[in-house]
Amino acid sequence: MSTLKLMNRFSLLSILLLLAGCAKRETPVEIGNREQILHLGNLSEPKDLDPHIITGLSAYNVIAALHEGLVAEAPNTSSLRPAPGVAESWSVSKDRTVYTFTLRPDAKWSNGDPVTANDFIFSYKRMLSPALGSPYAYMLYILKNGRVYNHGELVDFSSVGVKAINVHTLELTLETPIPSFLSRLNHWSWFPVHPATILKHGLIDEMGTPWTRPENHVGNGAFTLESWRQNQAIVVEKNPQYWDADKVKLNEIHFYPIGDHMIEERSFRAGQLHVTGTVPVERVQYYKTRNPGLLHLDPYLRSYYYLLNINKPPLNDLRIRKALAMAIDREVLADFVTKSGEEPAYTFTPPHIGTYAPEKRFSTNIETARQLMVDAGFPNGEDFPKLTLLFHTSDLHTRIAEVIQQMWKDNLGIRIELENVEWKVYQARRENRDYDIARAEWVADYIDPSSFLDVWLTGGGNNHAGWSSPAYDQLIHEASLTADETKRMELFKQAETTLIDDQPIIPLLFLPSKSLVQPSVKGWNPSILDHHPYKYIYLEAQ
Amino acid sequence: MLKFILRRLLELIPVLLISITIVFFMVRLAPGGPFTAEKSFSAEAIARLNEHYGLDKPILAQYGNYLLNLLKGDLGPSFQYPSRSVNDIIKETFPVSLELGALAMLFALFVGLLAGIVASLKPNSIQDHVPMGLAMTGICMPSFVLGPLLILIFGLWLGWFNASGWELPSDRVLPVITLGAAYAAYISRLTRGSMLEVLPSDYIRTARAKGLSEANVIYMHTLKNALLPVVSYLGPATAGILTGSFVVETIFNIPGMGRMFVLAAFNRDYTLILGLVVFFALLVVVFNAVVDILLGLLNPKLRMHS
Repeated sequence: MSTLKLMNRFSLLSILLLLAGCAKRETPVEIGNREQILHLGNLSEPKDLDPHIITGLSAYNVIAALHEGLVAEAPNTSSLRPAPGVAESWSVSKDRTVYTFTLRPDAKWSNGDPVTANDFIFSYKRMLSPALGSPYAYMLYILKNGRVYNHGELVDFSSVGVKAINVHTLELTLETPIPSFLSRLNHWSWFPVHPATILKHGLIDEMGTPWTRPENHVGNGAFTLESWRQNQAIVVEKNPQYWDADKVKLNEIHFYPIGDHMIEERSFRAGQLHVTGTVPVERVQYYKTRNPGLLHLDPYLRSYYYLLNINKPPLNDLRIRKALAMAIDREVLADFVTKSGEEPAYTFTPPHIGTYAPEKRFSTNIETARQLMVDAGFPNGEDFPKLTLLFHTSDLHTRIAEVIQQMWKDNLGIRIELENVEWKVYQARRENRDYDIARAEWVADYIDPSSFLDVWLTGGGNNHAGWSSPAYDQLIHEASLTADETKRMELFKQAETTLIDDQPIIPLLFLPSKSLVQPSVKGWNPSILDHHPYKYIYLEAQ
Repeated sequence: MLKFILRRLLELIPVLLISITIVFFMVRLAPGGPFTAEKSFSAEAIARLNEHYGLDKPILAQYGNYLLNLLKGDLGPSFQYPSRSVNDIIKETFPVSLELGALAMLFALFVGLLAGIVASLKPNSIQDHVPMGLAMTGICMPSFVLGPLLILIFGLWLGWFNASGWELPSDRVLPVITLGAAYAAYISRLTRGSMLEVLPSDYIRTARAKGLSEANVIYMHTLKNALLPVVSYLGPATAGILTGSFVVETIFNIPGMGRMFVLAAFNRDYTLILGLVVFFALLVVVFNAVVDILLGLLNPKLRMHS
């Protein structure tokens, strides 16, 4: 080959390489690191950005940047002791039912108006007004007369336990002492809204007004709403009016509603996201071995379980329910099926809630399970009626269901049919109790056992098992009246024992929060509610 | 021509009425409603929501109201996104789908015509086999395979483009190729076929005999007639691109109307589903009419018959 030809080839190759090199773009993450712009995967498109209307974590993630409650979350959000928010200090009455909050005078709305005690009264009135139909109104039932006002049995809001002592002093009176009250204030249902903005776009109790659109929105959080392009991105910018603006290091946060977990993970790899909302099961193993630094699997208050239709034979027989629960090897599920840091669950409430330690009432025991089946009249599963296991379309649910189906077949000799349906069909059938066994899960709204155990109260809206126990209701009620923390936890423990002993549900796993986090993100702490206060987060390129 | 357009518009009315009626009642038959959720709302909250959206009224009254509002051009509020109306959502999402669709169509036409012409000039040579082989691959490869493949190569390995989103102009490249590829392939085969039919005809020989340049012969004389099947394919292709874009919109997380449609169905957002059906039906009918007109302009024979 002549030198000329070789040189030609070489130059062609170098031009190609140069082209490839030049074309490699600066990724959004790299630009973000430089300009303090955080790119977050936010799973689904929020329905609205009204703290009194929203229901899900993806909306909360945005609202947490736009609004601030009386108290705020500490950098370590798993702590039950919240940091000061709009209130700079507070005091509690001796009987622990009256809280007096002193609002900081420099707390402002993003349009410059001061945040006053009356703004909170307006917000709580709106939240509790029957016509608004807020799905989380019950969070405010702990306020004196909150429940009766929301049910329309009380018309005069001044009888509700909310009072402005002066512009900057707010007094909240509770029905009963609630030890976790301050941490509950971090729930979005307690966030204030700007009265003038609400009233400019509609009535106080009118839903679906355009006040949450970027051109209208007024908030009091560390960020302001800059743009909201549906199914594309929500952008919030640092709020110069925020009282603690000096501490806020991020200039912008971009929230991307990427519902498909694989697409989200690809976007992360392409340098478009600093943090993902989750990690696909298939990819967890890859990151564990190849890049463990990016993978965050943290404890989370999320319980995965199976509901049993206790009104339907043979599931109305406690022995059958117990046998089904005992014949599942949860260690196998966690270690070989889900493989993402799940913990085997023998109780409904996950660990990590303060001092609460529910008792393990049963364990995997194939022998006992078989004996129970014999006692119930189904030795080796003979003549056992065909049951179906209902779940909605998702890789994770299918895998778990298939393995459990096999375990029940091997261990008890019974056949279970799997029924994989669409999300809304699943929800409707679960609500109508049109199932034998159904997959379910529960995520806590605030850090307290009651956030889990209230579900199983008689007639509770989420009690899809239709289970009812006067003893259980009584224990939960007693706990709600008990101020002594140790005694209260003991009552919850007894209640949970009652629940698990009667086995209307089969606890399976406690799921962790899963995310991929770029190394440049600082201050992103593990959180059992998966909340990450943006005030303390900043970006630092390597 | 005016009569033709008017007739097309009149045909639209029964088409719309039938699709609205079917969809209106069908979505309500599907299990689950717009307000069923993982954490159930209280019965009071559901009652308020039903009242707010008029779902507490008898179904025929709801149907009547919907039609009345539709006459005023009001497609109603979205159940899923309370602060937005269906009209707002269409205004936001349609331009995105339109841009994606139009670019994909342009890409398909450009690549398809070029490949088809090149292939037809030397049939059964390498110049024919390579583009036609690629076209066969293009037709066979579904967008949910091509899309992730392009992302893997150009997004993740080479780092030239984002893997998802619709933020930068460069974000258009991969989705447009993914959406347009199959259509480009089909158009190239159509073009090649009809070029091969037209090329041996007498008037082409005459044009060559007149001493016209080869480019003139191909582009002015052959292509004009060879284009007819391609143009009649444009109607269904455009409708297909617009309604079928939801796969590509999902793969690349593009905030278009197709993805919104699928989400609306999953969410049982009754008014949004209906609104989008009305809008899609309108689009398809309008595009077909436009293609008919174009065909008339290109082919005087058709004009005379109609």
